[in-house]
Amino acid sequence: MSSFPDDLKYAATHEWVRVETDGTVVMGISDHAQELLGDIVFIELPEEGAEVAAEQEMSVVESVKAASDIYAPITGTIVEVNKALIDAPETVNSSPYDEGWFCRIQPNNAADIDALLDADAYAKICE
Amino acid sequence: MGLRTPLYQKHVDAGAKLVDFGGWDMPIQYKSLIEEHNAVRQHAGVFDVSHMTVVDIDGVDASKWLRYLLANDVQKLDEVGRALYSGMLNDNGGVVDDLIVYRRAQGYRLVVNCGTREKDLSWMNVKAQGFEVSITERPDLAILAIHGPESISKVCALLAPELAEKVQALGNFRSLEDQQWFIARTGYTGERGLELIIPNEDAPALWDSLLAANIAPIGLGARDTLRLEAGMNLYGHDMDEDTSPIAANMEQTIAWEPSDRQFIGRPAVEQHKIDLAAGKLPILTGLVLEERGVLREGLRVVCEVNGVEKEGVITSGTFSPTLKHSIALARIPAGSVNCRVDLRGKLTPVRIVKPNFVRFGKKIFE
Repeated sequence: MSSFPDDLKYAATHEWVRVETDGTVVMGISDHAQELLGDIVFIELPEEGAEVAAEQEMSVVESVKAASDIYAPITGTIVEVNKALIDAPETVNSSPYDEGWFCRIQPNNAADIDALLDADAYAKICE
Repeated sequence: MGLRTPLYQKHVDAGAKLVDFGGWDMPIQYKSLIEEHNAVRQHAGVFDVSHMTVVDIDGVDASKWLRYLLANDVQKLDEVGRALYSGMLNDNGGVVDDLIVYRRAQGYRLVVNCGTREKDLSWMNVKAQGFEVSITERPDLAILAIHGPESISKVCALLAPELAEKVQALGNFRSLEDQQWFIARTGYTGERGLELIIPNEDAPALWDSLLAANIAPIGLGARDTLRLEAGMNLYGHDMDEDTSPIAANMEQTIAWEPSDRQFIGRPAVEQHKIDLAAGKLPILTGLVLEERGVLREGLRVVCEVNGVEKEGVITSGTFSPTLKHSIALARIPAGSVNCRVDLRGKLTPVRIVKPNFVRFGKKIFE
């Protein structure tokens, strides 16, 4: 079964976010998303410094079976990307909420985060 | 709920992700497609392919009829147990299905695809008119394919010594029968291995003993990546009723001699051969993308023929777990050069190679 940690917020398009103490937001894709995709073989990450807009495409994940767009959960600026995923994309399968994080975003508007789903609401749409 | 093989509960117990496959609830993967793929390339894996259709052909006209029904020639099967791969063509030279035919002590055994079962059986029955043959489907039989460099020795360790010795000695595309068990050196992975066609009631215990012998359960997801690395066609993707075997890299599976053997579709495929030589028929070729990205079925291929831009299409594509880059089969105009694939709107150059990528665990194209 997929896991849905309570301390995260989720987008209906299967991204998760975690608010850090410095106000930045770390994001990745959910356990449910990695299960649906299967073995991930390539990840195209956004550039550091790029501006991303909520609900707009920001990244592409390719698994053996399918290619999938990843959407920015909030509007902001990419301040860091997880470069380890370029050579080890399978980390997203093994550790979607921890080592498999995608990038860190400086949000433009903190209210974007409140608009996301909590774990229970997200788990419901994955049923 | 779909149809279930006698191993359905075993798949559930092994944690399989089950999907509908031609009306059957089949395991697409257990834990990781890539790990399953590598298990077959490096060690041994077992596939439940009981959804495939076994059809036994008997009767005094069995040989005569199969020589009419199939593009390959069962006359080549000069010993009991020998097998060959063939297309079963329609009158237009399209592929009704592809199959393996085994010669038995009496009659023949065919294994045809699952998704084409009904049309195959009705096609066979219609085409059997005027021949003294019986066509008997065998839903009472399960099929387990065990493939990989360690597969044969691991299976033989589970068999009675006398039978194990015979199985060890089996050549490629050979089979033997021991009471109700049919054991063949055939498969769909590009590795050494066996296909065991056995009574349904024997399947669960065999499955358990194979897993206990450290043979990994392999889903249909890895079956597809393995066959594509081996350059083997998948019916309904790389060829179908509207595709000539000549345009599907199957010319070698057509027995042209003796020239007076009138098999179904012969006049059409003879014309296709002429068309191919004249550059009027597309070819099925291999494509390789060595940079990041994955070639996928249905993607547009843009190529050049004598300086003119033409188009083709990818018929099967995947990331190759063995090669760690993407490979594909594509149908493109004969004489194409400078192929590029439309990857998310970006025309990305790909290399044209012979449609065989991996055999016995190793890269085989230049």
